[in-house]
Amino acid sequence: MSVLPVLDVVLASLVIGVALFTITARDLFASVVGYVAYGLLLAFVWIRLYAPDVALTEAAVGSGVTGVLLITAGKRLGALKNAAPEMRPGLSLKILTGVLATLVAGALGAAILMLPDPPPSLAPEAAAAASGAGAGLKNPITAVLMSYRSFDTMLEKIVLILAVVGVWSVGADKAWGGAPAPLRQSRPYAPMVLLAQTLAPVGVLIGIHIFWTGADAPGGAFQGGALLAAMWMVTMMARLAGPPRIDAQWLRMAMVAGPAVFLVTGLAGGVLAGSFFAYPPGIAKPVILAIEGFMVLSIATALPMLVAGPPSERPDQ
Amino acid sequence: MTTLLELFSVAAISVGAFFFFAGTVGLLRFPDSLTRLHALTKADNLGLGLVALGLLPRADNTLSALKLIVIWALVLLSGASTAQLIGRALRRGRK
Repeated sequence: MSVLPVLDVVLASLVIGVALFTITARDLFASVVGYVAYGLLLAFVWIRLYAPDVALTEAAVGSGVTGVLLITAGKRLGALKNAAPEMRPGLSLKILTGVLATLVAGALGAAILMLPDPPPSLAPEAAAAASGAGAGLKNPITAVLMSYRSFDTMLEKIVLILAVVGVWSVGADKAWGGAPAPLRQSRPYAPMVLLAQTLAPVGVLIGIHIFWTGADAPGGAFQGGALLAAMWMVTMMARLAGPPRIDAQWLRMAMVAGPAVFLVTGLAGGVLAGSFFAYPPGIAKPVILAIEGFMVLSIATALPMLVAGPPSERPDQ
Repeated sequence: MTTLLELFSVAAISVGAFFFFAGTVGLLRFPDSLTRLHALTKADNLGLGLVALGLLPRADNTLSALKLIVIWALVLLSGASTAQLIGRALRRGRK
């Protein structure tokens, strides 16, 4: 008897156990910690399902960036709770949320249990399309993302920008255009500074490597971009760099660069290669890598801006 | 030579696993957060270091071996720094 099925069952039970802990924990911070652990365990599940690309994304975005986002959101909620205790959600709202969440989970579970055997799949079609237009890329996942479902991939980045716009618009009117409040420490703390100074150069290198190697091996724009974003967050947390003003031209250009370049290339494909989002055969790989490079830029700027939160200083400061 | 290397691998990974085991027992059994932190960093630093050391002879090429060492170094760095941060948070909480 092999030991792997046993490990799989243990892993699956751990995921369910940590998920239960996350929703039943009474303390918000404990719940967030549970969520981060849940994301890391889920990354292992993806590795066991032979999906290292998804595992990388889950670890970097699902667990890492979302974890930081939830911790900062929790801190802000805590400050709010002390200021206005009557603003806590009532029992009926909690029950309604619970019922809605159960309905969604139930619908998902029912859909999976009622799948015909074998389940319908677009995979062969996607693989065929990817090996056609995405020729030159050895990683089929990147080929599918950039060639078979390029429109979805572009829209994902637009969702990120919309989320940043949403966060920014929560800020006060007079703070508009200013910089978000600095993250965490009120003044530099030596171990944090050491961590940022040592980790950031290595992390940036690994981030670029993951993006670059994504053409031929597990990796890609989102995973690499998320790593670069994390490195920026670490330097902001160590107070080595403050969050930029939200009306900074370079910041806004960097954030829209990914989807904009993607869209322009897609439109150009309509003229040069025969259809919307088609790549000219022969130079498909360099074109895809160029688009991905700009998308890395967008992701690496949008994610830290989500974490940094709404602008809090007046523009004239 | 290969048998020796195999033996070395098994020995190093076993000792590493023991450190993880000991660290986990410490995490569960030690009385307060600072001592639990102490147990945890031993598991991270020595346990992972020994596992990485044991995996070195089994690496496909020099590059993968280097990657293993880099992973260990990164965990050392982040483990030591987060232990400092948690320790400071604890000390501030007590005051």
